[in-house]
Amino acid sequence: MLILPELYLILFSIIFLFISLGKSRQNVIITAKVLSFIAFFISVLCLTQRGELFYSAYRIDLYSQIFKILIALGLCLVVFMFSDKDGIETEHLPEYFMFLSLSSLGLMMLSSSVELISIIISLEISSYSLYVIVPLRRSQDSNQIEAAMKYLFFGAISTGIMLFGIGYLYSITGSTFIAEIFPQFRALMGQTFGVFALILTLTGIFFKLSLFPMHFWAPDIYEGASNVTTTFIATLPKIAATALLIRLATIATPIHFNFVNALIILSALSMTFGNFVGLVQRDLKRLLAYSGIAHAGYLMMGILTLNADGIASAIYYITIYVFMTLACFYVIITISRQGENATLDDLTGLSKRSPLLAMTLAVAAFSLAGIPPTGGFTGKFFLFTNAFKQGYLPIVIIGAVNAVISIFYYLNLVRMSYSKDTTSFEVMKLSAHEKIICYVLIFIIIYMGVLPFGLMNIFKFSLLF
Amino acid sequence: MEQQFLLMNTFSFPILSTAIFLPLVGAVLLFFIRNETAIKATAFITGLINLVISFILFSGFNPETHNYQFGEFIPWIPSYNIHYVLGIDGITIFLILLTTLLTPICVLCSWTAIKERVKEFMFCLLIMECAMIGVFCALDFILFYIFWEAMLIPMYLLIAIWGGPQRDYASIKFFIYTLFGSVFLLVAIIAVYLVTGSFSIPNAMFRDYSMNFQIWVFLAFAIAFAIKVPMFPFHTWLPAAHTEAPTAGSVFLASVLLKMGTYGFLRFCLPITPKASEFFAPLIIVLSLIGIIYGGYVCLSQTDMKKLIAYSSVAHMGFVTLGIFSLTLFGFQGALLQMLNHGVTTGALFLCVGIIYERTHSRQIYDNAGLGKIMPIYVGFFGLFSISSFAFPGTNNFIGELYVLLGIFKNHKIAGLFAIPGAVLAAAYMLRLLKQIVWGREDKREIADMNIREVIYLIPLCILVFWMGLFPRPFVFTIEKTLSYLHSQLNFILR
Repeated sequence: MLILPELYLILFSIIFLFISLGKSRQNVIITAKVLSFIAFFISVLCLTQRGELFYSAYRIDLYSQIFKILIALGLCLVVFMFSDKDGIETEHLPEYFMFLSLSSLGLMMLSSSVELISIIISLEISSYSLYVIVPLRRSQDSNQIEAAMKYLFFGAISTGIMLFGIGYLYSITGSTFIAEIFPQFRALMGQTFGVFALILTLTGIFFKLSLFPMHFWAPDIYEGASNVTTTFIATLPKIAATALLIRLATIATPIHFNFVNALIILSALSMTFGNFVGLVQRDLKRLLAYSGIAHAGYLMMGILTLNADGIASAIYYITIYVFMTLACFYVIITISRQGENATLDDLTGLSKRSPLLAMTLAVAAFSLAGIPPTGGFTGKFFLFTNAFKQGYLPIVIIGAVNAVISIFYYLNLVRMSYSKDTTSFEVMKLSAHEKIICYVLIFIIIYMGVLPFGLMNIFKFSLLF
Repeated sequence: MEQQFLLMNTFSFPILSTAIFLPLVGAVLLFFIRNETAIKATAFITGLINLVISFILFSGFNPETHNYQFGEFIPWIPSYNIHYVLGIDGITIFLILLTTLLTPICVLCSWTAIKERVKEFMFCLLIMECAMIGVFCALDFILFYIFWEAMLIPMYLLIAIWGGPQRDYASIKFFIYTLFGSVFLLVAIIAVYLVTGSFSIPNAMFRDYSMNFQIWVFLAFAIAFAIKVPMFPFHTWLPAAHTEAPTAGSVFLASVLLKMGTYGFLRFCLPITPKASEFFAPLIIVLSLIGIIYGGYVCLSQTDMKKLIAYSSVAHMGFVTLGIFSLTLFGFQGALLQMLNHGVTTGALFLCVGIIYERTHSRQIYDNAGLGKIMPIYVGFFGLFSISSFAFPGTNNFIGELYVLLGIFKNHKIAGLFAIPGAVLAAAYMLRLLKQIVWGREDKREIADMNIREVIYLIPLCILVFWMGLFPRPFVFTIEKTLSYLHSQLNFILR
């Protein structure tokens, strides 16, 4: 079965559709956990599948399967992070999980689509589900509604721009299949017109990645949506967006320096902007939003090399980014038991209240900042090396300086939880299940930092097809 | 490629890896122990076993060769030519011994001083030891960098959790300052990799790089190392970090972490960018002299014991960089000896401050003055380490400074003349401190003298002070071959 993971996710959402029709809300969360774990399991089983479907509009290969595993694993972790008290009305829980899985379905389809129309359809499947779940939050003040509206409008606009770019691609080449567009369009990449058309097409992806000019939605939506929803938005769509970005951006080759320069500028602006604004944030989710903007910039450093090594390192980076962001969000979810937003001050004395959570946060923060021996360092190291190898010295230096700037606010997270004392505190008891998630995330972050070569080789291998 | 520099390990087990990762194993073991005394004992025994291992290492060390010994080579990330390569030579053998000696001492000195979160404290100490030994053993840039940076995290936590009242400010400043330098180090490492195609450190040495390349790489290296040393304009993190850190943290910081900067100069700057080193030598010498004299003057006005010793570190480390950039064999030997001496003496002085702080809960000189009659044993030790600190003949620092001055007078006579007042200043501020501590106050107070545990951990350092002061030959002999090879290679390139 080539598309078993996708079919399974459809089944997943249908099950929750039926649950939502019934009255009982008893075992929704536990069902979701079991089903999402099976989703991960199935996607791993389908790793070695290869083939094409739907008149070659849908390709299953190692590349797409790796991204599907990542998406399924991300979904699984997000669902496992869900606890009863998270800010979703119990009444809406089945619908919530239904849309989560539908969105993941769209993202999985995105990583397999090799035809422009199916790309748009997958993108919209994943986006629309998210538009629905953003306002689902218990405290019904205007914040989450505002967030939902902004997300919807910005999303629609960026899709519009993307469609505009796709219109160009189609009008020039007369085809919507990426495989047919490639050879014809590559000849045009030397011209401003070609660069313009491609950048327009990529806009929708930049939106998902929250790269600089398309970043403005991120802080507000992160702040307005419930903690788990934000966790989802901050991680999974970025995985699929990277997959698609790599598919489309490789129309260009390193000799198309106009295009590369455009990406370099976007990358530099994105990391600089994200890090500088991140410095002054107090709300943890806003802080992580700006961190996400900065990290999208780092990610672009890998993409803009446009060679296999660089792109493999970009995949490596998005993978580690997902885990370290998940770890940060997990701490936020756990310390705000009522589902409210957490600020920096809420971290005060965390190392005494819950040493394990403080350690998870510290590992994630050091990783985000790029300090060895964590995965964040290894990922950045690969990105810097490959960009340097291609001769893009300025972006390497900008990236290095940014790494130093960002340490201020990442270290602030650690500082708050370790060196600020509180006079009164209550010890937080973590359940076994919560401890396991912490250990798993810490393990993955350290493992990816110390032993990167296996994964790197797989990623690079997957690009050969 | 590596094999030509690397004499493979002749022991039946990978001794360097054992020395690096044994503390890590000990640190993990701590998590399964609940009793506090057992935790301390485990940490102490781990440190002790590692000390024994490093003695075995020393017994097998061959001082007749300049090559890297006890080599280990495991492919790590082959597609990037990154490998797990370890090896030590004359420069690093004593630095490793110093590290392994200080770890059990640090555990002992924290025995009663650390009252809360003992497990995490010992965990941090052992992780520090792991990373510090790793830095000295690594012969691969990336391996080196990972250990180099990994050191920051436990050190940051040591200051941030168990530090003094201003620990928040001090720990952040320490972390950001050093990280700032390290990022440039990383960029330089990648630049060297792109030229040589490998991350091997020995492979990058003594190559014919262009002058332009050398200058940029040297500057990037130098920023990282100068912050770590710390050299004059980059020293401001040091007093804050030293003052706020717990005793064990100060000892590690002074005795080992500062040596990483000068070690970096010896291992990276000179062999990889020799021409740029010669080009920038006058600048570094001037900065060192400013450090020596400025550090001395600032010391004169300190009222806080820890701060005084911290600033004296700036002055002492100035002598080390002075020796290195005199680019003479005497200078190199003096610099390396001075690194060890400073590690022993300043470490011991911080331990002494820790001992008195535990009793009076003050680091102010006035609060701790007039101990001569109250704590005779303590004052004896303190006096010895103080006079060693200003290079009294017969103590270890005298030999180091003598070698450095010999080296600097050979190449830069004027610079030598400026270094002399620095040595005099050292006597002035240390004697002032000593006078205050021994005779400063008349009133009688009840302060318990040193207990047996404290005497035990100061004795080894005491022995070293005299040994290196009176009979330095074995030390010089061990480091001689490596340094003379370095010197002859430099001469060959620069002539």
